[in-house]
Amino acid sequence: MPDSYTETTLKYFPERCINCRRCTQVCPHRVFAEGPDHAELVRPSACMECGACALNCPVQAIEVQSGVGCAWAMISAALRGKDMDSCSCGGDEGSCCGERKNPSTCCEIK
Amino acid sequence: MEQQQPSCTCNGDTPFSHEIHAVTGTITFADRLDHFFARWGWNREGHRVDPGLYRLGNPDPDSPVFASANYTLSFDALRSALIGLDAWILVLDTKGINVWCAAGKGTFGSDELVRRIESVSLASLVSHQKIIVPQLGAPGVSWPEILRRSGFSVEYGPVRASDLPEYLKTRTATPSMREVLFPLRDRLVLVPVELVHAVLPMVVVAAVVYVLAGLVAALAAVTAVLAGTVLFPALLPFIPTKDFSTKGFILGTVIAIPFAASLAMVSSLPVWAEVVTAVVPLLIMPAVTAYLALNFTGSTTFTSRTGVKKEIFRYVPVMVLLAGSGTALGILLGISRLSGVI
Repeated sequence: MPDSYTETTLKYFPERCINCRRCTQVCPHRVFAEGPDHAELVRPSACMECGACALNCPVQAIEVQSGVGCAWAMISAALRGKDMDSCSCGGDEGSCCGERKNPSTCCEIK
Repeated sequence: MEQQQPSCTCNGDTPFSHEIHAVTGTITFADRLDHFFARWGWNREGHRVDPGLYRLGNPDPDSPVFASANYTLSFDALRSALIGLDAWILVLDTKGINVWCAAGKGTFGSDELVRRIESVSLASLVSHQKIIVPQLGAPGVSWPEILRRSGFSVEYGPVRASDLPEYLKTRTATPSMREVLFPLRDRLVLVPVELVHAVLPMVVVAAVVYVLAGLVAALAAVTAVLAGTVLFPALLPFIPTKDFSTKGFILGTVIAIPFAASLAMVSSLPVWAEVVTAVVPLLIMPAVTAYLALNFTGSTTFTSRTGVKKEIFRYVPVMVLLAGSGTALGILLGISRLSGVI
């Protein structure tokens, strides 16, 4: 059976890393681990593309096209002829999924 | 010449930027009721607390500062975890949305955090210039930017507020405090909202199917929806394969088998009609359950956009084909019955 979740848009450039370890603190899926000289990319396929590591890397050693992995949001966007990639979950005006007043279904664990 | 406005209008309209709300760590019955309604999607936008600065206990300039969202479930998780401590809580305006979702949208973000730090004059209240931000706020918050713009250094706390007492002993999070899993309890808590969204279309479809094809078929429609919204979240890690759609196809096929059997055995049909009657639920039910399963991706804690997009292109055409051919066969059976062929 095919696995759709083996590849992501995460890119890591270890030569730029200054070993501040912020990526290991913000990643919710242990994608990065601490190393002696620089962070190590240990579980790339576990990346959910939340974008926390790239946003908190002070030297741009990480790149990722962040977004929400929500089929509902993407299918609704596609059906309305909007861009699947610029769509976010939830019910704000301006998001392409405005009709579902349901921001919480996405990732409501807290 | 433009008239010079005084910096303070003092007419009562200006919000008191220094107003500090007092709060305790106690969760009352009213809070629990509010949480219950939030879990059922009732008054979706209404579970909010006022953004701004809160005083928990008797904080002094050395007490820690915690950032939170103005969603009652987020705020209450934080304050109840800090019960008995003296702390400041800075609530950002996330439009009543939890920390992680709001961070993904950017409302729990660098701009809002800097704005709140300034509007409550946090630098004049505390001596340490540190703020503890929940780890799941990180998709919206950039610590170098906060430092540059406000002088505050961001410390990322644990994922779960309940780990805060342990975290505060050493100010470091263990790897397990940093990891988001998706245990049964967290999956089941989402079922009410999933159900609320599915129940109206489900009732309508079941009613139509009841009129056209009878009670067993209507029950099959209800079962396919319940499988996708209740059974699927519960069984997620136990169903074979990795993709949500294939998991949904498997679950949908399993629950379709009894319906296929009972529908086919009901009457004294010719063999070809019995086979077709059995095939219809085997085509439609897996498609419905798989579609609902795919839609559960947005509620999980781990699916990437790249992966979900791949699933959509790979499996939605299959779902449409299955449901379409099943419906066509169902109509064929109906016509045959009406015209007296069977």
